[in-house]
Amino acid sequence: MSEAKAAADRLVKAKRLNALLTPPKELRKSLAAQAAAARPTGVLYGMPVAVKDNICTLEFTTTCGSKILEGYRSPYEATVITKLKAAGALIAGKTNCDEFAMGSSTEHSAYGRALHPLDKARVPGGSSGGSAALVAAGAVPAALGSETGGSVRQPASFCGVVGIKPTYGRVSRYGLVAFGSSLDQIGVFGRSVHDAARVLSVISGRDPRDATCEDRDPLRLPTVPESLQGFVIGLPREYFPADLDPAVRRACDRAVRLMKELGAAVREVSLPHTAYAVPTYYVIAPAEASSNLARYDGVRYGPRFNGAGDIRALYRATRGAGFGPEVRRRILVGTYVLSAGYYDAYYGRAQQMRALVAQDFRNAFDRGVDLLFTPTTPTPAFKAGEKVNDPVAMYLSDIFTVTANLAGLPALSLPIGRVKGLPIGGQFIGQAFLEDEMLEAAYALERAVPATEEA
Amino acid sequence: MPPAQAWETIIGLETHVQLRTVSKMFCGCSAAFGAAPNTHVCPVCLGLPGALPVPNGEALKLAVRAALALECTVHAKSVFARKNYFYPDLPKGYQISQYEQPLATNGSLSFLAPERGLVTATIVRLHVEEDAGKSLHDRFPKATAVDLNRAGVPLIEIVTGPDFRSPQEARAYLQTLKQVLEYIGISDCDMEKGSLRVDANVSVRRAGESALGTKTEVKNINSFAYVEKALGVERDRQIAVLEAGGSLEQQTMLYDAKDNAVRPQRSKEESHDYRYFPEPDLPPLVLTDEFVAEQQSLLPELPGKKRDRFVAQYGLSREHAAVLTASRAVADYYESVVHAGADQQTAANWVMTEVLADAKDHQEQLRVSAPALSQLIALVKGGTLSHQAAKRVFVEVAARGGDPRTVAESLGVIQVADSGVVAGWVSDVLAAHPQEVARYRNGEVKLLQFFVGQVMKASRGKADPKLAQKVLEEKLAA
Repeated sequence: MSEAKAAADRLVKAKRLNALLTPPKELRKSLAAQAAAARPTGVLYGMPVAVKDNICTLEFTTTCGSKILEGYRSPYEATVITKLKAAGALIAGKTNCDEFAMGSSTEHSAYGRALHPLDKARVPGGSSGGSAALVAAGAVPAALGSETGGSVRQPASFCGVVGIKPTYGRVSRYGLVAFGSSLDQIGVFGRSVHDAARVLSVISGRDPRDATCEDRDPLRLPTVPESLQGFVIGLPREYFPADLDPAVRRACDRAVRLMKELGAAVREVSLPHTAYAVPTYYVIAPAEASSNLARYDGVRYGPRFNGAGDIRALYRATRGAGFGPEVRRRILVGTYVLSAGYYDAYYGRAQQMRALVAQDFRNAFDRGVDLLFTPTTPTPAFKAGEKVNDPVAMYLSDIFTVTANLAGLPALSLPIGRVKGLPIGGQFIGQAFLEDEMLEAAYALERAVPATEEA
Repeated sequence: MPPAQAWETIIGLETHVQLRTVSKMFCGCSAAFGAAPNTHVCPVCLGLPGALPVPNGEALKLAVRAALALECTVHAKSVFARKNYFYPDLPKGYQISQYEQPLATNGSLSFLAPERGLVTATIVRLHVEEDAGKSLHDRFPKATAVDLNRAGVPLIEIVTGPDFRSPQEARAYLQTLKQVLEYIGISDCDMEKGSLRVDANVSVRRAGESALGTKTEVKNINSFAYVEKALGVERDRQIAVLEAGGSLEQQTMLYDAKDNAVRPQRSKEESHDYRYFPEPDLPPLVLTDEFVAEQQSLLPELPGKKRDRFVAQYGLSREHAAVLTASRAVADYYESVVHAGADQQTAANWVMTEVLADAKDHQEQLRVSAPALSQLIALVKGGTLSHQAAKRVFVEVAARGGDPRTVAESLGVIQVADSGVVAGWVSDVLAAHPQEVARYRNGEVKLLQFFVGQVMKASRGKADPKLAQKVLEEKLAA
């Protein structure tokens, strides 16, 4: 199986990025076995797909970048993995990520930070930074990530690849280790819109094991459009603030100009509750996380740290030693906002605000806008260590991405230029379950935009 | 102990009932009781990373039927919620339950209270949830073992208002509730197996006061027999504290059946803030009118209605009707006996005595078929069998089967109405008791029944007692 060997070689060559958590030997052995067993008729036959380490696989450990799941082997695999295998794809190892997907830089991994493939002093973004870095480095054509607040689009933007977050309910979450269940969605990275879309199409569709997954057929891929004639693209003014990085603004302006040239009508719109999205997100996501992460108690699986005395001591010792500081912070915040006496003031109000954020989008779409176009992130990839001790600065790097998670909408980031060699991403946000329209626009812009040129 | 009349006891009950489903609430694992530990488990009920719950449609049907039988308003939309707490037998660190928007609210259940007659308890809410696993503290020395077979088994919780005024009333309500739930077949309601569990909120106040006193929650009542005892002990404890000028603390009390006492739960264990919030893994539960109507159509006649109908239709007393409708199987059996032609009151007498006694000794099986009992009753009515003989035939048919006439013949208990044969037994009896004959002839006529009894004995029950009496009178007068 020389293809399997070539795929393994490419991944091993990218080892310096610390983007892959799977040891080379295990990877080689598994890829060879998988290639021998893969269905030749599958639409992804032989395609290596790296998988974020918070998606359960039978092949490798699933640690979520956490010490608390060190060595954990899932006895079952995620629905998306089963679907990938059925399509002939090869599960090409597990990728590094922020612990339990909490972070925007892949610095919060218990297994060391992943590096940006173009500048090792910088972060690849996160939380799915390992997947983004591997695709950007050419180690795999596509990879799976997961999104709760931008964890696919933000690293895609930083690394200069395509990242898609589908509509909430488009892809089964069964086997995705939960962070914020009402926000979580598995997403894909690809070197091109088409690579990412092909994988998305395979993993999408109904799943009787996930009650929040819509009863719909898999996504059908659109053809590449000749033009953007008939498309109305909305530019939400809240996503182009005065202090936006000038290079990011220049790249967006150029992309907008190109879309106009392709026949799209462009309109400024307003999404007035955008400013509340990050605070809303940082109530809801930690609240759900505090509950989702309660199961890691050292009783049934994962390492157990015995504290002195009773069961409570065991919990404290295991959770205290097993979770990193960012996870602990979010569990504390989440526990607090759900507590008696605080629930209404925080969680209750956040839910109301979430509804308003979603309503903003509906209003824009009701006024005839097909798609929104925005920068994916306020800045290009930042330096390692720059924000790791400043949680709020870190959180604000998701300012343009969390809204789509709160509203459950599909969104996509694609490279639209560079600044000082660092990629800049542009984002489309589409209407629920209209990924095909979003992909058409992305195909058209991808062909037109000089993605690797300075903006 | 102070006079209890000076105090009024207020009790509300929270009852957990395990639904009778094949599989668990949110996964396909078997919900059966009694399997080897941790064999009915899967990624979902083990709470493995990444696993997700999917509601069991059958459990929802049973829950809705229970809600309808308790005359609740079943809500078109209800919401699952997470109840968060840490415990080793709770694999996810939360229990999926319902909180702010339960499946059903505002129902009622009427029951016969020992002192107050017919009382209607309010069903405040009825909601669906999953069970936790079991912690076994006595299996291994110095270690707790966890069995997760029960984790995820479907439950409903039925919460009443503070409607009971004595432990006896609480028990009477529970018995009626159990009867209704058994009637509709949603649960086996076996307290010993844990498929029916009850917690009680208890408070007392001085007679005539209208505000409720400080309540405690009594838990760990593991058997029907303990309901009255546990609540009585807690009531007495509260009264004693207040009589002594003390004040009560709102706390959870655990009942210990071994020494019939209640003890406060360690406060560390009860200081839970469950941090309920809507379960994001499950969309709101939406029930269509058609679904609810279908469950309604599947409800059988409920015990209260059936009892009233038995009084009206079969001319039975209320008490007899209550006995006969206590279980659906017995009620159906009684009606079959009547429909097979037996007299209504006679059939009732037979069912309430012989049939129920036999059932009690044989795992509640009704071993004599309804047509057979009807035939047996007809044989007595037609004079073929004495009542005494019929009881023997009943026992024989119950044990070995067969048709009552054939069994009666083989036992040789068919009544003999041949005056010649009876006269022979009479002569034998009179010859054997010359002193009694002399006393009778001296005016001691009440000895006639003695002679009848002796004739029955001599004939081993076969003599027609009326004929025997007639022949005796004739011979003694001669």
